[in-house]
Amino acid sequence: MHLSPDDIIFWDYGFLKLNATIVYTWMLMLVLAGGSKMVTRKLSVAMKRSRWQNFLEIVVLVINKQIEEAGLRRAHVYLGFLGTLFLFVAAASLFTIIPGYEAPTGSLSTTTALAICVFIAVPMYGIKERGISLYLRSYLKPTPLMLPFNIMGELSRTLALAVRLFGNMMSGTMILAILLSISPFIFPVIMSALGLLTGMVQAYIFSILATVYIAAATKREG
Amino acid sequence: MLIDWFTVVAQTVNFLVLVWLLKRFFYRPILNAIDARERRIAAELAEADAKKMAGDKERDEFQRKTHELEQQCAAILSKALEEAQAERQRLIDAAHEDAARWRSKWEETWNREYQALSDTLTRKTCAEILATARKVLSDLGSTALEAHIVDVFIRRLRESDADLRLQVASTPMDWTIRSAFDLSLEQKKNIEQALGANLGSDKPLRFVIEPSLIAGIELVVKGQKIAWTIADYLTSLERDLEVLLKNQAVAEHESQPKPET
Repeated sequence: MHLSPDDIIFWDYGFLKLNATIVYTWMLMLVLAGGSKMVTRKLSVAMKRSRWQNFLEIVVLVINKQIEEAGLRRAHVYLGFLGTLFLFVAAASLFTIIPGYEAPTGSLSTTTALAICVFIAVPMYGIKERGISLYLRSYLKPTPLMLPFNIMGELSRTLALAVRLFGNMMSGTMILAILLSISPFIFPVIMSALGLLTGMVQAYIFSILATVYIAAATKREG
Repeated sequence: MLIDWFTVVAQTVNFLVLVWLLKRFFYRPILNAIDARERRIAAELAEADAKKMAGDKERDEFQRKTHELEQQCAAILSKALEEAQAERQRLIDAAHEDAARWRSKWEETWNREYQALSDTLTRKTCAEILATARKVLSDLGSTALEAHIVDVFIRRLRESDADLRLQVASTPMDWTIRSAFDLSLEQKKNIEQALGANLGSDKPLRFVIEPSLIAGIELVVKGQKIAWTIADYLTSLERDLEVLLKNQAVAEHESQPKPET
């Protein structure tokens, strides 16, 4: 029994290895990017448009609206990063309905990579929006004494992001595996459906937390 | 170890590549399409607004013109009504005048006809009365009455005007005694004696029966006559009646009210 898809290794050469996490991530990338390209190849600007275009427009607009509601005024600047976070985590959970597939987000390596991306993106957007001095000064608020706590807070929330997503996704897979071994088929199906819901919730939580962190970093003090 | 750092790096790269891919093939085209559609809708809305404004302007202009037209129509209608009222009044007045004139004429005609009819009736009544009287007197004619008539004639002969008697006596022509009835020999003789005594004449007399005299007798000599007949009374009565009717008609005509104008 594998605790993480990292353990399923298809090929390795020294420290280079091709495990299930990377392979399934590529598969997700292929589906997301390929599907997007297929749909956006013939976009209509008229009132009449295809169902897929309608669906994708709804997805984009909903994400955009969520980012705006979280406090980021120029949502389209952050749409690429935050939207991709949500779509990647959501698609990774959604594809668990395919037999043999294991969600890459069930790997702590993946969630750590995503958390690191957020960890880097937050100061990057903060500096870009407010300037480096203003951004760095925010670590001294409300008093310089808070600097170590602020830095610890940055690190711990990044760790929390990674572990939360990993824990939730991994637990779903683990529970499913355990139930399969001790109970008939019907119950794991229900748990699998519940896992889908959990995955969607986690995708939302992960992306909305990242949004809030970026919003806090880019917030101009009035 | 749950974290494989090679995988972490690979997944970081994968994620950044996915971000780039989705930006390239998903977000940007979709947002561009949405923006283009919004611009198009905005342009259509602006065009619609412009058309609406133009439509509103035209509607206002139309309403203004309609209002003006309605006012003009109302004015024309009012004027026409006034003219029609005036014309109506004029026609009614004319009709009243015509009616009064025709009524006057009709009344005049009616009065005239009534008068004529009344006159005719009166005349006929009088004629009937006279005829009846003549007939009654004719029917009443008897020997005793005829004897009385002859006596009255002889008395009138005696009482006649001296000039008339002289004028009659001097006439060379024959004398004619006309009577409504056949005189007896005695009566003829009495008449001859009376003539001889009063006119001093012995000319032969010619006796003629004339029923139209109606119980009367007369002596006719060259346009002069000495007579007593009921027909004379009736003729006199007829003349008097005619005069009376004529006077009455004149009085009625003058007493009629003049027609209003």
